[in-house]
Amino acid sequence: MNSKNYSRGKLTDKVFKYTALTFTLFALAILVILLVDIFSKGLARINWDFFRNLPSRHANRSGIMTAMAGMLSLLFFTIIIALPIGILAGVYLQEYGKKSRFASFIEINIANLAGVPSVIYGILGLTLFVRILHMGNSVIAGALTLALLIMPIIIVATREAIKAVPHSLREASYGMGATKWQTTSRVVIPSALGGILTGIILAISRAIGETAPLLVIGALVYVPFIPEGPNDQFTTLPIQIFNWTSRPQADFIINAAAGIIVLLLITFLLNGIAIYIRNKWYKKIKY
Amino acid sequence: MSLPIRKKEKLIEVLMMCCSFVTVLTTIGIILILTLEAIKFFSEVPIGDFLTDTQWTPLFSDKHFGILPLLSGTLLTTTIAILVAVPLGLIIAVYLNEYASPRFTAFVKPILEVLAAIPTVVYGFFALQFVTPLLQKLIPGLNGFNALSPGLVMGIMIIPYITSLSEDALRAVPRSLREASYGMGATKFQTAFKVMIPAASSGIIVSIILAVSRALGETMIVAIAAGQEPKLTFNPMESVETITTYIVQVSMGDVPQDSLEYKTIFAAGLTLFLFTFILNNISFFVRKRFQNKYE
Repeated sequence: MNSKNYSRGKLTDKVFKYTALTFTLFALAILVILLVDIFSKGLARINWDFFRNLPSRHANRSGIMTAMAGMLSLLFFTIIIALPIGILAGVYLQEYGKKSRFASFIEINIANLAGVPSVIYGILGLTLFVRILHMGNSVIAGALTLALLIMPIIIVATREAIKAVPHSLREASYGMGATKWQTTSRVVIPSALGGILTGIILAISRAIGETAPLLVIGALVYVPFIPEGPNDQFTTLPIQIFNWTSRPQADFIINAAAGIIVLLLITFLLNGIAIYIRNKWYKKIKY
Repeated sequence: MSLPIRKKEKLIEVLMMCCSFVTVLTTIGIILILTLEAIKFFSEVPIGDFLTDTQWTPLFSDKHFGILPLLSGTLLTTTIAILVAVPLGLIIAVYLNEYASPRFTAFVKPILEVLAAIPTVVYGFFALQFVTPLLQKLIPGLNGFNALSPGLVMGIMIIPYITSLSEDALRAVPRSLREASYGMGATKFQTAFKVMIPAASSGIIVSIILAVSRALGETMIVAIAAGQEPKLTFNPMESVETITTYIVQVSMGDVPQDSLEYKTIFAAGLTLFLFTFILNNISFFVRKRFQNKYE
């Protein structure tokens, strides 16, 4: 009786083990299938002209030049808005107001913001920036919307990175007579820089892939010119992909796949850099 | 130095405080905009109609403003996604934490994280161009736009959310509990399901809540692959429209501002926001409440 139970237990154990392994491999397989599917559809379409051409009614003459240019100018403004505010806020919450009620209120608030669907940020951007502040569907309106969207990510990453800085470093700095800000800016932030940088790159990667909030604020799907300033209209690579995907003609689907290859390469490159920095930083500084 | 050091210190602190206050302003902005515009909407459409009417046709000449069809579309795709993501994500987490070798885990985890890093428009393309044709071979007569395909793909996308948060929770369970279970002669399976998962339950619940909230708010996958027909149905074979898709659809169209049609996106947005807001707060408090359980 006892040994029968035991062997049945062992059997369940084995069955589960291999089922679970299958599930794990299944999830990995989906990723492989997705990549193979997209590369097989789009790789042949990628050539120099694809990067150089403007969008067109003719699929084989369409390119991603304006989408790439729009994406870069959008990112530029998003970063210069979100970075300083996000990092300073993260530093403040972790170093200065850790125990205060204000800080714990902000903590709940940030946890909430991180969970707000991106399309809701689009509604906020549409009403506040596009309409109330009369920015129109411009690069700057898009950048402000994305900046608000990625700010919680930067703040959380900054806090995590700063949390990992050992207390002894701060004490040593205070012991030398440094003030709080001197300690923070010359000891704590430099020590946490690897973690902060990793978070920033992941936030940028997130901003690059965002489509919905930009569609809501009125980013155009057809932009035959390169935005020259923050007040110009724009399109981005994911929006261009969305536009091509929703067309019935097979040639546009190929364009979409080619655009996705470019988008994925950018995303993977950024994530790779983030992982590289994280590993390197952890190796360099061992407390 | 132009400023005395004490003043400079104080100034920097105030500046940093203002930066963190931006996040509060963002929340206030979202809530104010959604509520104020939704109030304008509800001054024209009775809230009872909004909650009970079974048709959503604001863009047609015969206008109906019932949120139920959008809500059913949203819940349907979310349910499918959760049915995929929770068992798979949880079992993978248990496998990586209890069975797999550390080398295998170190190899698999970063690859799984890639699933979460892929932009959603890519998943939308994958759902429409690969999964739907595949499903149409298995299920003859399946609509080209349906709830099933984007639901499944969304489930794949949120697996890493479940796996990584659940794995953290499992890892936080003290070794002694597992050792005690082994010491009693329990198998790994018994230990995982009767000791580890119950002990890590709060973290696992948080991961599931966050995954639900993520699925509710997902836009591009459903906008591309689920179609844009608001229908009150729970049939996964049919095309549906989610709240998020509707918001994108209206903002991409030529709906004049200040029209009633335009205001519908705020009422729909507020509905979506309330759902995710409640879920996020529950998860936040579960996490806070059980954070120090084993410390």
